[in-house]
Amino acid sequence: MSTTSTTRAGKDEWLVGYLLDTTGQHSDQYAERLRILRNEKLDKPLITLLSGSCSQVHKVEDIETAIQHYLEDNQRDARLIRTACNGLCAFGPQMGIQLPGKYTLLLQKVDTGDVFDILDAALNYNADPEHILCQIPVRGAEPWPGIQLFSQLPMIQGQKRILMEWNGIINPEQIDAYIAHGGYRSFIKTIFNYPAARVCDLIEESGLRGRGGGGFPTGRKWKIALNAAADQKYLVCNADESDPGAYMDRELIEGNPHQVVEGIALAAYAIGASKAYIYLRHEYTLAIHRLETAVQQAKSLGLLGSNILDSGVSLNIQVVHSPGAFVCGEETALLNSMEGRRGMPRTKPPYPATRGLQGKPTVVNNVETLANITHIMAHGPRWFMDIGTGNSKGTKLFSLAGRVKYQGMVEVAMGTSLRDIVYRMAGGVKDDSNLKALHLGGPSGILLTPDELNTAVDYEDLKSLGAGMGSGGMIVLDEHACLVDTARFYMSFMQAESCGKCIPCREGSRRMLDILHSLTHRPANEAGHETLERFKGVMQLESLAQVMKDTSLCGLGQNAPNPLLSALTKFRDEFEEHIFDRKCRANVCRELRVFYIDVEKCTGCTLCARKCPYDAIIGSPQYPHFVVEEKCTGCGICQAVCKFSAVFIR
Amino acid sequence: MIFDIEVNGKTIKARRGEMILEALERNGIAIPTLCHMKGLSPSGACRMCVVEVEGVKELVTSCSQPVEEWMKITTHSPRVVHARKTIVELLLANHPDDCLYCVRNGMCELQDMASEHHIMERRFPGKRLQLKTDPSSSSLTRDPAKCILCGRCIRTCDEVMGITAIDFTHRGNQTIIGTTAGKGLNLSSCITCGQCIMACPTGALHEKEQLSLVQQALHRKDSYVTISYSPTLAVSIGEMLGLKSGKDLSGMLNAALRKAGFRKVFNNVAASDINISLVADLVVQRLKKGIRQPLFSSCCPAWVKMAEQFYPELLPQLTPVKSPQQLMGGLVKSYLVNAPGVRPDQIFHVAAMPCTAKKFEAQREEMTHKGISDVDAVLTTRELVRLIKLYGIHILQLEPEAADDPSAAGGFSSHVTGMSGGVAESVLRDVYFKLTGKEIALNKLGKLRSQKSYKELIVKAGPHEIGVAVVNGSMALRQTIASLKDRKDLLFIEVMACEGGCVAGGGQPLKSDEDDIRNRARALADLDSKATMRAAGKQQLIEPLQQGVNTLHPDTGWDALCKTIFAKRSVI
Repeated sequence: MSTTSTTRAGKDEWLVGYLLDTTGQHSDQYAERLRILRNEKLDKPLITLLSGSCSQVHKVEDIETAIQHYLEDNQRDARLIRTACNGLCAFGPQMGIQLPGKYTLLLQKVDTGDVFDILDAALNYNADPEHILCQIPVRGAEPWPGIQLFSQLPMIQGQKRILMEWNGIINPEQIDAYIAHGGYRSFIKTIFNYPAARVCDLIEESGLRGRGGGGFPTGRKWKIALNAAADQKYLVCNADESDPGAYMDRELIEGNPHQVVEGIALAAYAIGASKAYIYLRHEYTLAIHRLETAVQQAKSLGLLGSNILDSGVSLNIQVVHSPGAFVCGEETALLNSMEGRRGMPRTKPPYPATRGLQGKPTVVNNVETLANITHIMAHGPRWFMDIGTGNSKGTKLFSLAGRVKYQGMVEVAMGTSLRDIVYRMAGGVKDDSNLKALHLGGPSGILLTPDELNTAVDYEDLKSLGAGMGSGGMIVLDEHACLVDTARFYMSFMQAESCGKCIPCREGSRRMLDILHSLTHRPANEAGHETLERFKGVMQLESLAQVMKDTSLCGLGQNAPNPLLSALTKFRDEFEEHIFDRKCRANVCRELRVFYIDVEKCTGCTLCARKCPYDAIIGSPQYPHFVVEEKCTGCGICQAVCKFSAVFIR
Repeated sequence: MIFDIEVNGKTIKARRGEMILEALERNGIAIPTLCHMKGLSPSGACRMCVVEVEGVKELVTSCSQPVEEWMKITTHSPRVVHARKTIVELLLANHPDDCLYCVRNGMCELQDMASEHHIMERRFPGKRLQLKTDPSSSSLTRDPAKCILCGRCIRTCDEVMGITAIDFTHRGNQTIIGTTAGKGLNLSSCITCGQCIMACPTGALHEKEQLSLVQQALHRKDSYVTISYSPTLAVSIGEMLGLKSGKDLSGMLNAALRKAGFRKVFNNVAASDINISLVADLVVQRLKKGIRQPLFSSCCPAWVKMAEQFYPELLPQLTPVKSPQQLMGGLVKSYLVNAPGVRPDQIFHVAAMPCTAKKFEAQREEMTHKGISDVDAVLTTRELVRLIKLYGIHILQLEPEAADDPSAAGGFSSHVTGMSGGVAESVLRDVYFKLTGKEIALNKLGKLRSQKSYKELIVKAGPHEIGVAVVNGSMALRQTIASLKDRKDLLFIEVMACEGGCVAGGGQPLKSDEDDIRNRARALADLDSKATMRAAGKQQLIEPLQQGVNTLHPDTGWDALCKTIFAKRSVI
């Protein structure tokens, strides 16, 4: 086959030959070089810094400088690469040290000050037990004695890491490493051997469903676009991830951007699109850099562009920086935003697969959905169908946050129970306190009670609980969380992010927020009938919520009432405490806190009265002081400054 | 293809490709809407038109969902009625409780929705957005506090007019409709056509109120108040007085206005005739000089502003003749008021027009000379009806009277300038006469009166070819200007910003439909066909006026009265 593209980097031309050898009959030629690219044949130590966007928080720059100083001072030679997070966020900063012939040591919680000691030990084949978390197997190398494997970690056991497999290990800014690990083989094999319709069939057969939260069968959506007659079609990758606390897509892009690029390329081929766009939120600066680099590298190698490797297939991918609004994650608002208009959703029908970007058939897919494509094409739909449940196939990424021992990212097979995820993979609730509720699915999601934790990760099972799976954000709440305030928080988020086009969402979310605000705050003047107003307000919440769900134009409005409705149904007593008793059992709602001073303990030092910003404390020096309830806003400054622990919350 | 669907238990006929809403309305089922605009794609913003479709979880907006054979629809189920009621209540929760003081009291779609949905209590107390009005424009006032964000004004300005001076700004509950950089409307590219007012369901948009100015003038002892109204207005006000559209009330209007205290009442058709004749003179001059480049009309102030903003290179081609409104004002101030002891500065001249842009035109700098404005106040059709009612005048019971000189003779021939094509037709008639000495057969000119967005007609006049064109609407102008401006075979191009012409102007009665507009145009055509003075009579009209003005004002004279200028305008 002629390979005379002028854009190809000369020294990597053999990689193209390797990719074009789809039957593998010439694999011997490439074996050595691939082993080197996979770091299975090291000539000197390899030090990996596992950090994505968290690198600034973890001061990875300083750690890198310390490593370089050590190597210089000790005249040691080692290769240093930066990868990305492997999902074990609670154990960061993590560092990998791979010595020639040995498994990779994975170290946790590395401080700048520890670097010298760690390297001193490790580079002299002395595994320092203090920081070692585990070891990662390397083909053809020796394990270290007495150190558990990565796969044996309790946090990792129970996970099924297909998409996350190379996160933290592979250099995300190196296309040859990705190819050496099997990347882009699916793409090249597909464009030379399968017609687009066949690819759609295979994906539909696999049962892959949209991972952005909608759960729509991916293959079916592709077929609609493939069968629509048009002179131009588009594939858009929705990377506008904006759920507070969710970072699955960011991890995928930062850790293995080529996996996403290949998925996009396969999807674009399957629907007959010669142009693909990645709508990536501009706040993800590292993800933007890595994705743009990946696209550029793929282009240089000839894997993107016109007439890719003489296959007749043309595809160009462009990264679009999203201006950053939650509502632009809704596909029609996203398309409007890409067209330069206000990010307000359009009426559906027509659906984007029929009429989308610039009126052409457009498929909008989530990052995680697309990351699965290359694996399904590599192993076949049957392999994918064997993972998961009857109607939910494959794996799902979840980001765990809140009051868990090990915050981080996990990838589990569909059908795994939520209990397993929280207690096994995330280590259970922090400080071993009791789980009050599990919030699943971000601002469009629901609260689950501890009993409901036995539910499996499955689209239909979770839908039967009141809302879908969501995009993967999971937040654990214990007694430190006020569920009324949680509902208020998510409603305020939705109200701020509402685009304003339709009345139920724009006005409804405002009124619901007003009511929730009255539950969690003191009113301006506490007249006698406020309790009745609050109670009426809660009745209206349910009625308004139903109208919002019934009539809102897009998913934002339709799902905004979910956290509130689930909190009201399952944790009604907390609401009633706020309404009638004006009490917040978690002491989160500051204005409901009323402080009082224990006269036995108070020495009359007057410090609290002087510090009180609202002049709500009265008393004479040397005599016990008194909090004026009407003026107290519950800020807690008095309690903080009292040296005699005399101030309490009523 | 026609098929059956089930609605409220009954079978009705539906057409493939139409939306549920269309099918329902055709079968007499009334569905409330707020953001729906006929002829434009569905917006889906208000959610009022929701219906229940069996098998679909959420309620479906009937404006955007195409009909399908399997559909079983319920239009007024408890769930639907409750949803619509809640939506209206939500709107009211953020709306000022100002009905009694509002210009749209009794004519407001939000009021209609509230009473239709039997809203009897304020269920959602809470803060309202405090927003300031924008009184900067001389033609329109914006009151964002009353805006329900239906988006009809934006779509009108953007998709119908092609101007796009306003759009949604900010987001969510903070959304307000604003101009570029949030500045006042007077600094924006708004051409003051007022079509947004016609689209607005509430009092968020209305004309700049000048009725109180007129009232003050009428009550001042030393004021001499005169009024001139457009014939278009005379055939339109009947609709606001309970009559069917298309009745010419000019006779009764003359009587009513005199009763209201106006010392002189003029019908603007006379000034129209003068304007047409002056324009025809310019056309003939250019033709004889061999200048093969069209002249553009300048009587539509919205078009003039549009040209000044967007097409300043065309300004040399705009006829530098004052519009009929301004001509009449100039004549009144300088000649027509022949009362002893009345100084020009004591005359307060009011123009009553179907237009909001005329308010802008009246305050243009060049329309005031040495402190005397040609026109002191402009009232829209709607404001004039308010005035008549304010003075307790039962206009329909009055005996018709004739208007004052010079229009007392009546029978003028440019009534048709109120509809699209009318100016071009009138100019063509005069030019034909000036070139051949004969009146052109009117049945040759019907093409110019069609509803198309662009019309042209070329007729032979002796050895000459007279080509005129009509651009019907500012959007049509945007679409055709590139090829039009250098046409060598066209002598004159009429441009009207409002599609359909002044009969569909921004100052006309609200809540009118296409039939009303057609009937108004037909009434004007009717008046035209009864006209006795044609092109031939123009000289008799103009000469005495010209001599009189030149005698009274030897230093400025007739020329200064008739001429005007245009200048490039910078807008945000």
